[in-house]
Amino acid sequence: MLLLIQYTIIFASVLILVALGGCFSEHSGVINIGLEGIMVMGALGGALMMKFAPAGLPAVGMIVLVVLAAVLLGMIYSLLLAVAAINFKADQTLVGTAMNLLATAAATVFVKAMNTAADSGNVSATIQYIEQKKAFLVNINGFEFNWFMLMALIALICSWVVLYRTRFGLRLMACGEHPQAADSVGINVYRMRYAGVLISGFLGGLGGIVYITAGVSEWKFEYGVAGFGFLALAVMIFGQWKPTRIALAALLFGLFRALGNVYTGFDVLKNLNLPSAVYNMLPYIVSLVVLAFTSQKSRAPKAEGIPYDKGMR
Amino acid sequence: MKQNNSILRNKGVQSLLASLLCIFIGLVIGYLVLLVINPAGAWEAILTIIKNFFYYPSGPARMKYFGSTLVKTAPLLMCSLSVLFAYKVGLFNIGAAGQYVVGAGASLYCALGLQMPWFVCLIAGILAGAVLGGISGALKAYRNVNEVISCIMLNWISLYLVNALLSNVKESASPYTLTLSSTNPGAIIPSLGLGELFSNNQYVTIAIPLTVVVGVLIWVLLEKTKLGYELRATGYNKFAAKYCGMQEKRNIILTMVIAGGLAGFGAGTFFLTGFEQWQCTQSSVPAMGFNGIAAAFLGGLNPIGAIFSSYFIQHITNGGAYVDKTMYSAQISDLISSLIIYLCGFVLFFKTALTAWLDRRAERRAAQEKKGGEA
Amino acid sequence: MEQPYAIEMLNITKRFPGIVANDNITLQLKKGEIHALLGENGAGKSTLMSVLFGLYRPEEGTIKKNGQVVEIKDPNDANDLGIGMVHQHFKLVECFTVLDNIILGVEPCKNGLLQKAEAREKVMSLSNKYGLKVDPDALVEDITVGMQQRTEILKMLYRDNEILIFDEPTAVLTPQEIDELMDIMRGLKAEGKSILFITHKLNEIMAVADRCTVLRKGKYIGTVDVASSTKEELSKMMVGRDVDFVVHKEEAKPTDVILSVEGMTVASKTHANNAVKNVSFTVRGGEIVCIAGIDGNGQTELVYGLTGLEPIKEGKITLCGQDITHVSIRKRSTMGMSHIPEDRHKHGLVLDYTLEDNMVLQRYFEPQFVSSAGFLKRKAIREYAERLIEQYDVRSGQGPITIARSMSGGNQQKAIVAREIDRDPELLIAVQPTRGLDVGAIEYIHRQIVAQRDAGKGVLLVSLELDEVMALSDRILVMYEGEIVGELDPKTTTVEEMGLYMAGAKRKGA
Repeated sequence: MLLLIQYTIIFASVLILVALGGCFSEHSGVINIGLEGIMVMGALGGALMMKFAPAGLPAVGMIVLVVLAAVLLGMIYSLLLAVAAINFKADQTLVGTAMNLLATAAATVFVKAMNTAADSGNVSATIQYIEQKKAFLVNINGFEFNWFMLMALIALICSWVVLYRTRFGLRLMACGEHPQAADSVGINVYRMRYAGVLISGFLGGLGGIVYITAGVSEWKFEYGVAGFGFLALAVMIFGQWKPTRIALAALLFGLFRALGNVYTGFDVLKNLNLPSAVYNMLPYIVSLVVLAFTSQKSRAPKAEGIPYDKGMR
Repeated sequence: MKQNNSILRNKGVQSLLASLLCIFIGLVIGYLVLLVINPAGAWEAILTIIKNFFYYPSGPARMKYFGSTLVKTAPLLMCSLSVLFAYKVGLFNIGAAGQYVVGAGASLYCALGLQMPWFVCLIAGILAGAVLGGISGALKAYRNVNEVISCIMLNWISLYLVNALLSNVKESASPYTLTLSSTNPGAIIPSLGLGELFSNNQYVTIAIPLTVVVGVLIWVLLEKTKLGYELRATGYNKFAAKYCGMQEKRNIILTMVIAGGLAGFGAGTFFLTGFEQWQCTQSSVPAMGFNGIAAAFLGGLNPIGAIFSSYFIQHITNGGAYVDKTMYSAQISDLISSLIIYLCGFVLFFKTALTAWLDRRAERRAAQEKKGGEA
Repeated sequence: MEQPYAIEMLNITKRFPGIVANDNITLQLKKGEIHALLGENGAGKSTLMSVLFGLYRPEEGTIKKNGQVVEIKDPNDANDLGIGMVHQHFKLVECFTVLDNIILGVEPCKNGLLQKAEAREKVMSLSNKYGLKVDPDALVEDITVGMQQRTEILKMLYRDNEILIFDEPTAVLTPQEIDELMDIMRGLKAEGKSILFITHKLNEIMAVADRCTVLRKGKYIGTVDVASSTKEELSKMMVGRDVDFVVHKEEAKPTDVILSVEGMTVASKTHANNAVKNVSFTVRGGEIVCIAGIDGNGQTELVYGLTGLEPIKEGKITLCGQDITHVSIRKRSTMGMSHIPEDRHKHGLVLDYTLEDNMVLQRYFEPQFVSSAGFLKRKAIREYAERLIEQYDVRSGQGPITIARSMSGGNQQKAIVAREIDRDPELLIAVQPTRGLDVGAIEYIHRQIVAQRDAGKGVLLVSLELDEVMALSDRILVMYEGEIVGELDPKTTTVEEMGLYMAGAKRKGA
């Protein structure tokens, strides 16, 4: 049971981080289908930092460095979306899709090249971080507390404050709802949208490293992040683009994802004798069902997905 | 000069130019990546990717591997038709990947499990893809679920489902499904002598010309028929389509059913040649459907263009398999094709910029002529 | 010596690809005056104001404030110079509160956190000073259009703007609300604000403006003192010829009932109340029935219900004696219902289709245009389109193969009118058929509508323009908050009486 809670919380943390990322991007008016790719890049950055961080680094140093690497790479990668969608008015769905494919391909090529260079017999795209990962964990009476859980909580609180209590949040949301109105009061819509996308790169990158350290100690980069970026988008829609609801939705989805990892520990579930494929499919099925019942009266930012053109007002 | 002007204004020419530019930039960036990884073999590697089957020195071997590239082009073309067909109606069918997966699952299970003849297996593949597409379409039409997200969810669900289904017909010692030739040769799509043209490449079957015919049919359907008129109208402006009495919901579902069927058919044309077996433990959705997106956009969203762009994408993907593995990985081709998709996002901008530039030039000319006339 | 002018726009020229929107225009606004800017749709008023507000940069010309040359590169510069604008389409974020909208862009902050209490105080004191009643905590999507406009005015006052631009502010208001707005404008003038008032309505200019500058087709025509001018003179300057304000039509000869609506109720998409509540009326052949009312009182939903774009909750609709309550859009159309939609870009046209493909949008499925195998008969479509283009004088660059998007608004509308009328309908539903068109196109479309009536067809006209309602209709039904609150005879009623109904101040039987 404790294990289930632990996994639920860590997966929920991933979903909260990434869904909040999507939330910032969409509130600024840019649909970020590329979150999946941003997660991969964040994961790559974090994994590389773990691999190459000097041995004997104190835990705090390790955490700071890994997080920095993940968010930095996530933000840089999100610029691909920002440039295409904001400056070149590209189809945001197309660009986002391309980013997802590109991230997995690039990460695979890169990690393979690195592995092969180190050992010519090693053509895998796997990075291991068994020892390094321990820096993030604190064992509290059998409950494996992960510092990332705290970070997700902080991100959640910050997001709420930023969106609803600051000048920046008010302006950001104005750009996603009615960019012409924002422009007419002197807000630079392009700049705000860049900010939204970069924040989503920050949170998406962080979510990426959390995801690949949750439960496993190595990662095969051919897999990308297995559709988790899209689950986060579903969480965001289910959460109606509001941080508090996103957190609740993330807990629900996290629970179903966690079941796949730990169902063998529950006699009730074990006795059902369902194939493991069922548990693997569960989060996706749940999100489909949930979307089917929540998309009808969706309150998406009104101007999302529509490129803003200064000349067209 | 007027002539020149009008050629550049032609939509088709603009699309072609844009696509060539995307390919060029994509290859250049790919080359740069290779340079970064290992400068020594980069030029050779990029040439290898572009050369593909010309890698082999002998004519017959070239023909044979040209045939193999075509075998994999057939499913890619179908996936790209699937994507572009849906896109014409305003839907982004990222689910072609999942529809391809269930198409493979259904056709292989019919072949290996139920011992059906090839055409039945092919139809089963089409139906499975169509049903999956239909689910996304229905969710969009009746529940307003964003098709991109529902498609992604269905991609993963189909992958796990098909893995579980095909585990029933797999080889006991490996994660791969049984071979068609040993289990049910009747399920192999007939070659009708086509294979002989490609140095006896047995995998070259009538599936290849069939997919080209389907490509042409899709073009005819979109451009010449009442249904195509309706579907394109829905894609351009669904409100106007509803206003004039077109049945929007039916059209959305029908579109996704057809798109899904195309992707499912693609899977059938590939797996029913016996070229590859399904790996029942694979944990990522096959790239074929996603490459279909690249091919669709690279082909300027035109079914005929898709025939050429699909071949190109498959050509470099196959070429990637020949690069020196001690230096580079085969995924460099995936990297290039995903770069090309990304660059396709800029095509609209490119066209607008080109047209604006032509306008400005024409205006300047007109002004000059006017001045000349006055003086 | 003190400068008499608050703002001067001297010799402004602004070009867009293909057209000169402003050709050497000069406009001088005195301090503390209300200055009207008059012109038809497309005369260049909005472009000129966008230049002043920093939304466009002019190719030629200078702007002076208090005699000093200034540069206005973006709305921030305009704001710094004390220039504020109420846009024709309000620039309000619908899911924000009134207060949030007012402070957006100039938010008071401490340590990065918003200080809304401070802002609220200032807004409330401004609201009291100028009599601009608003509820600061209401969401914009929930408040009336009038309050939205007051919010826009407060936005300018909150920024301490001295020069206030009103872009067609009365289009969405009832006659009574218009009077209120005029009072507010006079109050602002008394406080020393300078006002630019953009309009094409002469009555309003006569009522409130001190001076008036007239534009026509992008050119400067002249500036006159309103007190020493007349409506006729101004209208001649605006249009370039004498305008006939009356539509010539014979006495109506109503025949059988064509459309009958009983107890129709339509749900609203935006709020919990019904948008149309228990509405009943009939339209007979040979008459023009006009639905008048302020925008957003259920007219749109009424038409959606009639045409089948939205399902209706209750009630019964009969067309030519047949019950069509649950009949599909296509069936209604083939049974003789034509519909000129309110929004020609959203519903009326597939903008990326060619003109010929748009011409057959309502008939492409007829055997004359499609073979039994499902193939389109391109030649027949071309011939049909060419006939309509000729007959209804639809002008475009390349004839039938012009992409609809590249056509002018007037010709797009003519194409829709041609398509809908040529089907020879029994009932023509025309919703704001002349919105945004110039005088020539308006006259043309009015003639077509009257011709339909004279041919014995039923016409249901929905219009927000009171002049259009008075000129065209044989009977007037006024809608207020989803109900028909009055039936009036255009020959005996006045605009003022209609206004009382439109504002809900008066209703039949009460």
